[in-house]
Amino acid sequence: MTTAANTVAQKKGFGATLWDWLTTVDHKKIGILYLIGGGFFFVLGGIEALMIRLQLLVPNNDFVSAGFFNELITMHGTTMIFLAAMPLLFGFMNAIVPLQIGARDVAFPFINSLGFWMFFFGGLFLNLSWFIDAAPDAGWTSYASLSLASTGHGIDFYAIGLQIAGGGTLMAGINFLVTIINMRAPGMTYMRMPLFTWTTFVASALILFAFPPLTVGLFFLTFDRMFGGNFFDVDYGGNTIIWEHIFWIFGHPEVYILVLPSFGIFSEIFTIFSRKRLFGYSAMVFATVLIGFLGFMVWAHHMFTVGLGPTANAIFAVATMAIAVPTGVKIFNWLLTMWGGSIRVTTPMLYALGFIPSFVMGGVTGVQQGAAPLDYQLHDSYFIVAHFHYVIVGGVVLAILAATHLYWPKMFGTMLSEKLGKVTFWFFFIGFHMTFFLQHFLGLMGMPRRVWTYNADQGWDLFNMISSAGALLMAIGVIVMVINIIMTTAKNERVGNDPWEDGRTLEWAIPSPPPFYNFAQTPLVRGLDTYWIEKQDGNKKGYIPAEPLSDIHMPHGSFIPFVMSLGLFIAGFGAMFRVEHSWGLPVLIAGLVLTFLSMSLRSVKDDLGFYVTKEEILRTERGSK
Amino acid sequence: MAHDIEIIEKTPAEYNYKKRNADRAMRGQLMMFALMIFMTLISFTAVQAGFSPLFVIPVILLLAAVQVGLQLYYFMHMKEEGHGLPAMFMYTGVLIAFLTVLTFVTIVWW
Ligand code: HEM
Ligand SMILES: [Cu+2]
Repeated sequence: MTTAANTVAQKKGFGATLWDWLTTVDHKKIGILYLIGGGFFFVLGGIEALMIRLQLLVPNNDFVSAGFFNELITMHGTTMIFLAAMPLLFGFMNAIVPLQIGARDVAFPFINSLGFWMFFFGGLFLNLSWFIDAAPDAGWTSYASLSLASTGHGIDFYAIGLQIAGGGTLMAGINFLVTIINMRAPGMTYMRMPLFTWTTFVASALILFAFPPLTVGLFFLTFDRMFGGNFFDVDYGGNTIIWEHIFWIFGHPEVYILVLPSFGIFSEIFTIFSRKRLFGYSAMVFATVLIGFLGFMVWAHHMFTVGLGPTANAIFAVATMAIAVPTGVKIFNWLLTMWGGSIRVTTPMLYALGFIPSFVMGGVTGVQQGAAPLDYQLHDSYFIVAHFHYVIVGGVVLAILAATHLYWPKMFGTMLSEKLGKVTFWFFFIGFHMTFFLQHFLGLMGMPRRVWTYNADQGWDLFNMISSAGALLMAIGVIVMVINIIMTTAKNERVGNDPWEDGRTLEWAIPSPPPFYNFAQTPLVRGLDTYWIEKQDGNKKGYIPAEPLSDIHMPHGSFIPFVMSLGLFIAGFGAMFRVEHSWGLPVLIAGLVLTFLSMSLRSVKDDLGFYVTKEEILRTERGSK
Repeated sequence: MAHDIEIIEKTPAEYNYKKRNADRAMRGQLMMFALMIFMTLISFTAVQAGFSPLFVIPVILLLAAVQVGLQLYYFMHMKEEGHGLPAMFMYTGVLIAFLTVLTFVTIVWW
């Protein structure tokens, strides 16, 4: 059987390396792929944001046209949510969660790879709209009356691109659920799971329940626009409000899909750098689950002004405010984790410290918007923009940046410069508050959201200028981080298992980066903070093996996920151009045939994986010491 | 090819035990299959016989619900051990869907 070729660390040619990445099913490599893909789209979305802010820098600006501005905000929002924030979080989940639970891989390595490639091709499809025809321009919410009226193919790109990427997300979610349920090491009970694993688990459950509504909504939109459907077309008996409901039934859980894993990352950081066990672990778990459940019960708070009536508005207002309670529980637990701890202000910890006030502000404005009568004032104003950036940037993006510093050594074996890391933090943090704090007041002064330009002398000029300057500071921060990454990679100073020295969970008990089979022997878990317990007991190995050293069964790589996603990508173009070009229908069919053929190839071909022999493991383990 | 993977042979007692269980499961499945066909027949007959829709529709819906249950518990093995989590996830999903629909029909649309 094939063993040697897969393990020996030899220098490979470019072609072989590329092939390796295209076919990999290793969760650590897929994690890196997600970081690269998500990072690319993050930069793209950031450039779009800078262009938006440049347009709004001064009154009556004509840097971009009104139509192009609509495309910019739509693509910025859609890209940041679906193609940057979520994939970047998936990157860390993939890289870290299997290690935290003592597993050798995820439950479905093939599906894991399929999820990545579908995300990638979906995102590519969406962004090709810039070059082919027009980009979507109805906002990331794509409300139906507007999106049905939009000319050109922009909205078609939105509907099909998100359909493909969303399918990938659903697969990733299911894969994480099954992994966490089935692949935990012996002794790793649910109540011993690290919080990042817990929040990944709950976020994946939210994906499981929230993405199907999005799929349905996007199909309706696709049919309305491309196949003569009338789901949202009022003239033909459709209902345009239904889109809003479907979108937000998905959309509100979506914000928790983003922010729960971020909470998980910060929980890890607070315990590690306070050198204390997490305060109120079980309350944290309970709060996470409760936030997840309540997240499904509040979607209409995005629709207070639609006219659902006082009963609906009142009930949804109360439900919304209820979520503040478990969120508050979490905030206090983080504070109490630090209380009396011996705190080290490293770069990740700096982000965590900055996160608390920023996120609390976003939460407070959220509760304000949750008060239905007040929301009539705030709705569609810049106040909303300020609010969701405080939660998304102050919560999610800070978590992603923190995790980049925290987990970089584990993923790549080198330590990012702490000094440059802190420079990044301060630029980003100050820039963030400069950009978004004043937007609260712009909103209160009447500046509408998604506005292309504005007249001078309404008291908005200065605040808009400061806001745009802040965006530049954030961009500088990100550039410093890129420089940091390049310098660190060039220097290539290797680090040991536990580079932060205070690691508590299993991922810090094995080499950085871990060998491809992760654990030579499956670890035995004796409690929460497994690695910490072993360190306290003076266990040099880092973990107690639960089994004798024996051959390890690993899956083969596969090119099929790539081809399956490529088929959907091709079919998307066919569906879009079916009406105006004669090649449309054949391309649609050809793409689907490609997907289904590769799917059946996967079903009929038995791939039993391969074994890593004991001798090889011993050799690798000695090498990495 | 020398992997230290053990192949454990079943003892005769174990074999008989497993076989008896498998036989029993098979009998259960066949019975449920017959029952489900019977319920389908009832549904078709009820429609064909031309009873009042007020009677036929609830009956068919009820039978459908029972069939979904049988399908899940017998044919998809949910009644067997180790299916607690799938069951929990399914019931959570059902609960969320139910609450959503309930919201629509009580406070959103009427
Ligand atoms: C990093 C710096 C960022 C800047 C300077 C920025 C700036 C902006 C601006 C100026 C708008 C347009 C507001 C309007 O005119 O209505 C906007 C909209 C939006 N942003 Fe950001 N943003 C940033 C990051 C992010 C991130 C990381 C996310 C998500 C993870 C995000 C999500 C959104 C969404 C969802 C919208 C609404 C788009 C729409 O109206 O359809 N932003 N942003
Ligand atoms: Cu919401």
